[in-house]
Amino acid sequence: MPKIIKVKQLDLYYNQFQALKSVNMDVDNNNIIGLIGPSGCGKSTLLRTLNRMNDLIEGVKIKGEILLDGVNIYSSQMEIYELRKRVGMVFQRPNPFPLSIFENVSFGLKVERFTDKKKTAEIVEKSLQAAWLWDDLKDKLNESAIKLPLYQQQLLCIARLLAVEPEVILMDEPCSALDPIATMKVEELMLELKKEYHIVIVTHNMQQAARISDLCGYMLLGEMIEFGKTSDIFTNPRDKRTQDYITGRYG
Amino acid sequence: MIIHPRHTQIIAISMLVILTVFTLAILVFIILFVFSKGLPYISFDFLFSNPEDMGKAGGIFPTLIGTIVLPLLAIIIATPLGVGTAVYLTEYTRENRITRIIRFGADCLAGIPSIIFGLFGFIFFVTTLEMGWSIISGSLTLAFMILPTIIRTSEEAIKAVPYSYREVGFSLGATLWQTVRKIVLPNALPGIVTGIMLSIGRSIGETAAVIFTAGSSLRIPNSVFDSIRTMSVHFYILAREGISSKNAYATAAVLIISILLINLVTYWIMNRFIAKKTK
Repeated sequence: MPKIIKVKQLDLYYNQFQALKSVNMDVDNNNIIGLIGPSGCGKSTLLRTLNRMNDLIEGVKIKGEILLDGVNIYSSQMEIYELRKRVGMVFQRPNPFPLSIFENVSFGLKVERFTDKKKTAEIVEKSLQAAWLWDDLKDKLNESAIKLPLYQQQLLCIARLLAVEPEVILMDEPCSALDPIATMKVEELMLELKKEYHIVIVTHNMQQAARISDLCGYMLLGEMIEFGKTSDIFTNPRDKRTQDYITGRYG
Repeated sequence: MIIHPRHTQIIAISMLVILTVFTLAILVFIILFVFSKGLPYISFDFLFSNPEDMGKAGGIFPTLIGTIVLPLLAIIIATPLGVGTAVYLTEYTRENRITRIIRFGADCLAGIPSIIFGLFGFIFFVTTLEMGWSIISGSLTLAFMILPTIIRTSEEAIKAVPYSYREVGFSLGATLWQTVRKIVLPNALPGIVTGIMLSIGRSIGETAAVIFTAGSSLRIPNSVFDSIRTMSVHFYILAREGISSKNAYATAAVLIISILLINLVTYWIMNRFIAKKTK
């Protein structure tokens, strides 16, 4: 079931520096949400507020609300570990653990204290299939994950995430370490995954956002300048700054 | 006179090579010297029979036991304490004044001469706690002596584990402890083991702290509350009291060989461990 994400008047400070300035965002239905903007605009910061990864950084202060299905994820009603299982993350650099492929995908289950071996193997297979890796890797599940080519490592990270059955997948420039062909493959995978998950993707690559996102947010210096349908943002931006960015005047 | 960089480069390389060769030569000389004086006297009997006449004749069997038991117990005591402290300092606290003080304290302790630990062990374990000269007093003293090394090396090893591993752990809903136990510690293990090896070497070679706390009995111990003599103490006494320099050299040779063996075995285990993980 699609979950509704609402970001309301979100401010975020790194000590004195304000990185997000009353950001609003509204997402229903299954969508790919692209966040674009020049470096330092706060798009990665916004992404990391959605699964509270910013909590790990010293001196972070947050005001405002982020609602996942109506529950504020920063309130005591939502346990942080539970939140992170529901809102998973794919990072910029492929970062499999130096363990076997099987152990990587089953890591999240181990976290859950899931001990049924047969079920674990099933979930690993299902997750690898969903990430389009099963056919390539089914015969080498016990080999080390860090020997895989980069794009397979990134797909493996996606599989590792799918194994814990998240509702929302956050992607922080997931293709920036990949070549164009691998990037295409990951994008196709995302289009497949959006049938079952919300995907929020931060990207430096405007064309990528145009290709795959349904909704798009343009951020600048911590502000959400414009948020709406991708087609509108790219063909008919309301704000002059958005227009300047997508036409390549700066950024 | 101006020397062309190409020539200074050649001079630098030759200087570095000479320094390295010189250093290695000294090490090799020491080992060969001890071996040449000691190896001829080493035999099965020497290793596995009891000493006679204060060590003038006979073997070194009890000191062999002492050399194994004392450091082993010390490591068993110090490893959980040290690694636990290191995990707490690196993962569970933010850098602040208290962690800096603890770290500074550990550094200071690491630099304190072992005789001070020996004196402390003598006053505290041997007399105040009435443990007497015993394996347990000696091991506890050695444990405190090597604790700072284990803390600091474990800390460095834990810090060297890429932050991204932790991030992934958290992003999959793992608690900090799950992340530490399943990801951080396994990856820091080679570094932690290195610290433990250093500590084993240090406690095997220790004399001052051991004489004060474990005593120097040449009998085979029945329990951890008996006194014992290690090889280092044994050849120190043999040489110091002029009992038998040939047995002193022989014991020293055995000691060097055992340290080499320990290191070889550790490297072998570590390599297998790493090879298994990156297969």
